[in-house]
Amino acid sequence: MSLRDVVIIGSGPAGLTAAVYAARANLQPLLIEGIEAGGQLMLTTMVENYPGYRDGILGPDLMADMRAQAEKFGTAIVQGHVTAVDLRVRPFVVRTAAEQFRAHTVIVATGASARLLGLPSERALMGHGVSTCATCDGYFFRGQEIAVIGGGDSAMEEAVFLTKFASKVTLVHRRETLRASKIMQDKARANPRIAWRLNTEVDDIKDTGQGVVTGIVVRHVETGERSEVPLGGVFVAIGHTPNTSLFQRQLEMDGNGYIVTHDGAKTSVPGVFACGDVQDHVYRQAVTAAGSGCMAALDAERYLEGVQSIQPPPTTTSPS
Amino acid sequence: MAGDHVQTFTDGNFETSVLKAGGPVLVDFWAEWCGPCKRLGPTIEALATDYAGKVTIGKLNVDENPNTAVKFQIRGIPAVLLFKDGAVVESVVGLAPKEDFQKAIDKHL
Repeated sequence: MSLRDVVIIGSGPAGLTAAVYAARANLQPLLIEGIEAGGQLMLTTMVENYPGYRDGILGPDLMADMRAQAEKFGTAIVQGHVTAVDLRVRPFVVRTAAEQFRAHTVIVATGASARLLGLPSERALMGHGVSTCATCDGYFFRGQEIAVIGGGDSAMEEAVFLTKFASKVTLVHRRETLRASKIMQDKARANPRIAWRLNTEVDDIKDTGQGVVTGIVVRHVETGERSEVPLGGVFVAIGHTPNTSLFQRQLEMDGNGYIVTHDGAKTSVPGVFACGDVQDHVYRQAVTAAGSGCMAALDAERYLEGVQSIQPPPTTTSPS
Repeated sequence: MAGDHVQTFTDGNFETSVLKAGGPVLVDFWAEWCGPCKRLGPTIEALATDYAGKVTIGKLNVDENPNTAVKFQIRGIPAVLLFKDGAVVESVVGLAPKEDFQKAIDKHL
């Protein structure tokens, strides 16, 4: 078991930027990657809004660069998944299946994961026609008709991307209006291979009996009319939920499960800091995640300086 | 090197190396353009080292070997299938911790 000044949980832009800053401050951070190492950018293709890359950069390449940069300055990277934390004891305890770490400060950068519709058939058919990763799985739907569920930027982006493979993409959204930005909406609306079913909810995905997607059952929200749309794949892009189950009853969260931060990256527990999508449901950008990772590392550094200065001298060596 | 234990399966050798192999065979279906697949790489390499001599473990590139991916109805990657006596006995789709794969393998040893 090792005691660290800083343990970072998560390896997206927030966690890795915190690692770069903490490592350069000589805090020898240890970063635990998690299962979805690299975070959501690992699921994207070209990132065109990360400053400094004027021609864009592939999401996985950007994350590989950030990881290398964090390692260059001395971050110890652990390929594990955190299974439990104890933030009620000092030093804090962070456990993976294989190891246990103790830390004077913890930086939470566990991000958010794709939200699902919550249908039993969706879970049963995951990987058999249901997907949350267009860049991973679009390839398998060449020449087929598919659906994208959602009305935000990522739904538009996935729908446009998937027209490279699919013969037809039906965009299903439960409201009349889309949440997506104008530029993304325009891109999707201009694409002749995209069909629209707005004001429409997905009630079921077929066919669990066959073990493969054959269609979806949709219901018009206003008329209540139900119909079955035959298709081969369903891509779910209805937003994200924060990965905060580890911290329940230990850190203050808002009604949606996001960690509440104040005065920078501080959480409800002194010495625990949060950054990136785990505490941000508003901006959710690579660059804002990176920025908040920097804040968390600087806050942790200041906290450690303060903690050290108020520590009483050891009684055994003090002259009486 | 950890990677030394990881075999490469293809449409050409799948029949002999996987379906007609003696003992369990773990196959990781992956592609170059799949970020999560790359992240799973080290886990597969570690499993190959841990189970050397007991389980054959290898990777199949779905881009270069489309027939096998179609035959086993792969619709999402990374997909890891465990074969025994020519049949699929376990499957794990998407990223999962090493322990999940260990559990799946240990059931069939």
